[in-house]
Amino acid sequence: MKRIKCECGHVNPEGTVLCEACGKPIEENQHIDGNDKKKLLNMRYDGTARRSQTYNKSIVDKIWSFFSSVKVGVWLIVLALIASAIGSIFPQEQYIPADAASRDPAIFYEERYGIFGLIFYQLGFHNLYSSWWYMILIALIGVSLVICSLDRFVPLFKALRNQKAKRHETFLNRQRLFSETDEVTNEDLESVKQGLKNQRYKLTEEDGHILAEKGRFSRWGPYVNHIGLIIILLAALLRTTPLFYMDEYVWVREGEQVVLPGTDQAYYIENKDFIIENHNPNDERFEEAIAEEGGEVPSNYQTNVAIYQAQEPEVTGAEPELQKIIDSNIRMNQPAKFDGYAVYQSGYQLNEFSSMSFKIHETDDPDEDALGSFTVDLTSPESEYELENGFRVEVTNYYPDYYLDDNGEPASETNYPRNPAFVMMVHPPDGSEPEISFLGIGKNIDATGENDYKVGITNFETHDVSGLSIRKDYSLPYFLVGAIIFMIGVIQGMYWQHRRVWIRPKDNGILLAAHTNKNWHGVTKDIEKSISGTNVNMVKDQQELDE
Amino acid sequence: MSSNNLIELSGTLLYTAFFLYLIATVFFSFTIGNKRKSDGKAGKIGITLTIIGFLSQFAYFITRWMGSGHAPVSNLFEFMTFFGMAIVLGFIIIYFIYKLSVLGLFALPVALIIIAYASMFPTEVSPLIPSLQSHWLYIHVTTVSLAQGILTISFVAGLIYLIRQVDQTKTTKQTTWLEITIYSLILFVGFILASTLFNVMNYNATFEYPTTGNTTVETEYHMPAIAGPTDGTLLTDGVMEPWFETPGWMHGADAGRKFNTLIWSFIFGTGLYLLLRLVFRKRIGAAIQPLVKNAKPDLLDEIGYRAVAIGFPVFTLGGLIFAAIWAEEAWGRFWGWDPKEVWALITWFFYAAYLHLRLSRGWHGEKSAWLAVVGFAIIMFNLIVVNLVLAGLHSYA
Ligand code: HEM
Repeated sequence: MKRIKCECGHVNPEGTVLCEACGKPIEENQHIDGNDKKKLLNMRYDGTARRSQTYNKSIVDKIWSFFSSVKVGVWLIVLALIASAIGSIFPQEQYIPADAASRDPAIFYEERYGIFGLIFYQLGFHNLYSSWWYMILIALIGVSLVICSLDRFVPLFKALRNQKAKRHETFLNRQRLFSETDEVTNEDLESVKQGLKNQRYKLTEEDGHILAEKGRFSRWGPYVNHIGLIIILLAALLRTTPLFYMDEYVWVREGEQVVLPGTDQAYYIENKDFIIENHNPNDERFEEAIAEEGGEVPSNYQTNVAIYQAQEPEVTGAEPELQKIIDSNIRMNQPAKFDGYAVYQSGYQLNEFSSMSFKIHETDDPDEDALGSFTVDLTSPESEYELENGFRVEVTNYYPDYYLDDNGEPASETNYPRNPAFVMMVHPPDGSEPEISFLGIGKNIDATGENDYKVGITNFETHDVSGLSIRKDYSLPYFLVGAIIFMIGVIQGMYWQHRRVWIRPKDNGILLAAHTNKNWHGVTKDIEKSISGTNVNMVKDQQELDE
Repeated sequence: MSSNNLIELSGTLLYTAFFLYLIATVFFSFTIGNKRKSDGKAGKIGITLTIIGFLSQFAYFITRWMGSGHAPVSNLFEFMTFFGMAIVLGFIIIYFIYKLSVLGLFALPVALIIIAYASMFPTEVSPLIPSLQSHWLYIHVTTVSLAQGILTISFVAGLIYLIRQVDQTKTTKQTTWLEITIYSLILFVGFILASTLFNVMNYNATFEYPTTGNTTVETEYHMPAIAGPTDGTLLTDGVMEPWFETPGWMHGADAGRKFNTLIWSFIFGTGLYLLLRLVFRKRIGAAIQPLVKNAKPDLLDEIGYRAVAIGFPVFTLGGLIFAAIWAEEAWGRFWGWDPKEVWALITWFFYAAYLHLRLSRGWHGEKSAWLAVVGFAIIMFNLIVVNLVLAGLHSYA
């Protein structure tokens, strides 16, 4: 390795820009940090040798240099930013509105947004955030983050740990804040030192050379926050595995008890009651706003549930015994939590039909006296009903959620009994030809117009249905830890600054120089206070405004 | 005190705050001639009035909270006024670090415009829908707002920097973009003027238009319809017929009315801009340049950077971490890529890029100032366009 010996005697590793010991610029390396064109020294990483700036031969070196460049890092961030923005122009696939004519993305985007929608869809922006190229982009940011940090952390750490108070004159006079005073008495010097100490600077002295330093730990802020980011990225990776993350949805009727999906049949949930409440429209505070919204603003969606755990049955194959573990009132923002699972209130359906009762009467009986009656349990309708006095009703078609499709044919929009309709064949007791009836809410159609018997709805019962999501997310603690570390890192790096003041004796006077990684106003203030009452000259800001 | 009295009182307090900010701006303008950094009496009165105004607005916030029973950050009006208050707070914090009065001359008007803009939206207190009933709503929204307020100060410092530093003797890309920035601010004033004028006139026109699923809805225009709703019919007699229909690809709730409002804002804003040009007979940037000639560019640059340094951690905390915690409580997914979340991420990416460019590529001075302008544009986009146009789960629209 080519090492460089400085005039102070220190031997520096190849690629060093400012001598590690005395800070004197090393002639042949000034181009690395661009010092050759400037009066001021570039103090980034204190001019230490960085791998990326030093080696550039092998393919590993090239990749290392590529990813350790902040320019590349910023480009990656900007690309992610632009892609994210484009992805938000139209709704993502999962947010295609429920009232869309077609929720098939192949149709929806073009139909609603025309040519732009089509392009959006074809380029895969409708599923951007889980697309392979978006993931790769984020992963590249991660790689860049790691390499970038390593490239700088190690040399910076060494440089800051082994700082010498004695610095070369050019090191001082090429700092941004600098002053020279020809005559300084010992008292004045002591007073400046005391002033710096009073502002919590740590002083090191070496043959009358002084280094005053504070807030060095803030230099580690960026590295700490990058570690936090890396933990978050790793957590995001973990979360894509079913081991760490599970997401299921289930509809449960009032009174029904079902197994919770995604729990390996270990847990059951019973919906005891679904409650929906509105804000009181006469509440004097909200009167106006509620009226504007059409009189109804929901205040609460709630499902009262009991959750059971299945006990190992004594005999394999037997029904498991259920033991209640919790009763809970699940509301929005208040999920039920147990054993690492959380159950959320996510949807509801009011007034689904549970059962419908019918009677048969003679078509021309004005009193519609019942000849027979039967009840259909809509959650499990039978195909045939035998009535008391010999009638037999065959349910040939059942549409739980009836509507007329585009061809004018009856069909069912969903499998939920929200608008039930039936085609029934009534077999009279005398064994004559069966008659066809079509029945639904508000509909009672006699297809031939010649039926002797008519079926009528006499009664129905309804229930509400809750939509519940079940989540298990063991990745959360990792995200939280990552987030906390990130916050500690940014706060450390942003709310504190690394300030250094160097004093170098020269003849009867001193040279005074200062550097900070940010907040020059702050360090200037510190110096102002320290030198007040002495005849040490105030530092001048030598920054070249090279706009 | 009954809730309605409290709410009424809170309204008065907000007016008071608005007024105080206005007068404080006038006092800050008296400091312009001053050569010294700390600017004597006028500056002191200015900052005192600003603080009293801030306290008054804070009292508005508290009384409205007491009156309505929930923190007033749940609709666009409440949210934007809070943002205005955050800008003032950001200004006060930065003022006490740097004692730069000219900052007030620009920061307060930006806050004033935003508060006035907010007041053009429905101001009644509205009840909370179930998804918003969480303490995390207050915690999240207030921290994000505070962060955005502080970041806005970086925009203000950047804007002053540009007004001062951009060479106005010839037309360049810089002068053009600076004019566009100023013009954009004036468009907000245009919106305020148009809304106030038609509101005073009590203008009203009702339209009926079809929506998805064969239903028709009615919408009330409070500004004469230049652009009517898509396939809409005018129901009111004796008012202006729309000149054209809102194009069909503009979807979303009440797209027609919003588009029409936008057109009027442009008309009034552009009119005002042209009027100013006529009065000054030069670019607005050139006209106000003399006002800021005493501000030191490197101080402005540092203030801009410092505001980002202070605001960025707060934004991360409020906009990403608290947001995620709340989303986890409410929906069981801490991140869902809805437009609001995406734009918070974009804002965060953007300021991360800003910090890296500054640190490693030496983007100081003018470049950094332009970045601050873009950052503010992103914040405003998130507050306005995302809410009114891309609206996702978040119910501020
Ligand atoms: C979204 C992702 C990122 C975030 C939020 C982030 C955040 C930060 C923050 C807050 C700082 C401190 C800045 C300051 O003190 O002014 C910083 C510094 C830094 N970041 Fe990042 N960063 C990200 C990605 C990256 C990437 C991809 C790279 C690699 C190219 C990188 C390289 C650096 C470097 C070299 C520093 C300066 C370290 C020093 O002062 O010693 N960052 N980062």
